[in-house]
Amino acid sequence: MKIRCRVNGVSREVETPPMVRLLDMLRETLRLTGTKEGCGEGECGACTVLLNGQPVNSCLVPACHAEGASIVTVEGLSKRGKLSPLQEAFLHGGAQCGICTPGMLMAAQALLQENGAPKEAVIREALAGNLCRCTGYVKIVEAVREAAKVTRAAAAAKKPARKKKAAGKEKAGGKQKPAMKKAARKKPATSRGKRARRA
Amino acid sequence: MEICDFALHRPASLAEACEMGRMLGPGARFLAGGTELLPDLKQRRDVTRHLVDLRSVPGLRDIRLDSSYLHIGCLATLSEVAESSDVHKTLPALSEAILSMAAYQIRNRGTLGGNFCGGVPSADTPPICIAAGAQVRLAGVDGERTLPAEQFFLGPRKTVLDPGELLAEVLIPVQPARSGSSYQRFALRRATALAVVGVAARVALEKGRITQARVAMSAVAPVPMLAAECSGILEGQSPVEEVFERAAKAAALASRAISDLRGSAGYRRDLVRVLTLRALREAAARAGTRPA
Repeated sequence: MKIRCRVNGVSREVETPPMVRLLDMLRETLRLTGTKEGCGEGECGACTVLLNGQPVNSCLVPACHAEGASIVTVEGLSKRGKLSPLQEAFLHGGAQCGICTPGMLMAAQALLQENGAPKEAVIREALAGNLCRCTGYVKIVEAVREAAKVTRAAAAAKKPARKKKAAGKEKAGGKQKPAMKKAARKKPATSRGKRARRA
Repeated sequence: MEICDFALHRPASLAEACEMGRMLGPGARFLAGGTELLPDLKQRRDVTRHLVDLRSVPGLRDIRLDSSYLHIGCLATLSEVAESSDVHKTLPALSEAILSMAAYQIRNRGTLGGNFCGGVPSADTPPICIAAGAQVRLAGVDGERTLPAEQFFLGPRKTVLDPGELLAEVLIPVQPARSGSSYQRFALRRATALAVVGVAARVALEKGRITQARVAMSAVAPVPMLAAECSGILEGQSPVEEVFERAAKAAALASRAISDLRGSAGYRRDLVRVLTLRALREAAARAGTRPA
């Protein structure tokens, strides 16, 4: 069957048997091999991706349920080759042997989208569905907390600047928004270009 | 892993889904969230060749509250049920039971209907629903029937569902004003672990007496079961520790626990006693009167 969905912001159309796992569709058909298979039974969380913003085990999602969905994989975290704050934080000890890392990143990403300042217990709960076979959760939890801190600091640094502009010149505030919208609009355009090149 | 040779069917209505299920016979299964089904398909535990995807049937995911029942559609995900304000209003312990099970990834996909229809003896949502006096509405080719939730289960992975019949919704009666519920669970880990024992209790009070009480348990019998003996011991009594202890002992006696890798039968029976006591204390406290 033909499945239309958005993967990391790019519209995709995939021809696949309907009960193929989303995990296999991502890895085999779309060649997005960042998502890993661990247990294949929904116990370990290594294959976690975001499906319409929610963390799910892609080994338990049939491709037919990705129809019309928006999917984010670990490949979608970095922007223009620049690692996200979460990925940067994991580099300092959070990424161990690596098999659980993509799943940990996606589960943590889902948490940080909802909670910018999670307490340790909340982080541990958010990552409860992700097993680390090195059994070193301390560095991972620290990395998530660090990423939250960095993101908060970046947001705080931005805020007063924005306020100043808005207070000083109306134009500045007005300019900013359309600029952001343009960037958002541009994305599909470039992705379309990429797809054309691939084809 | 290849899951290629399955045919997917997308019925447009409940009646069509039932008809498909019956026509396709034992080679067909209904697909909801897929968290139980996909591992089964992968390991080829059954003869499934056809999947009837219930997502194409409108309305099955709804959660709504009317004057007498909280209706939870079979396709409502566990996360949706746990976060529903109507569930918080009617039976907050159901939300707590859900948050005690599995992990976010599973709860975002798994459904309440699936947790029932899987027929797993250690399932966490049936006991609290049974304790709350829930009913299940089943839809089949020959019409609908509604049963008390405790009668839905026949054995491990066995339910009363006939071929082509499906669980359309779980109906939870609006609880009396001065009533409270609790679900107590013990597992070897805090998350992604099946319950060794789970006990749910619901208590309604009036003028310092227990007017209604129900205790239900999981993982201690081939099915999630109602400890009917407890109601007789509790109803008409004051919500005091001594009464709770008698009920807890009766629940332990009623349990038919087996030994497995998660715990021995004897250990489980003792857990039933301890967890029943805790569940009754909490339910009574929530009902508005501190247990003496």
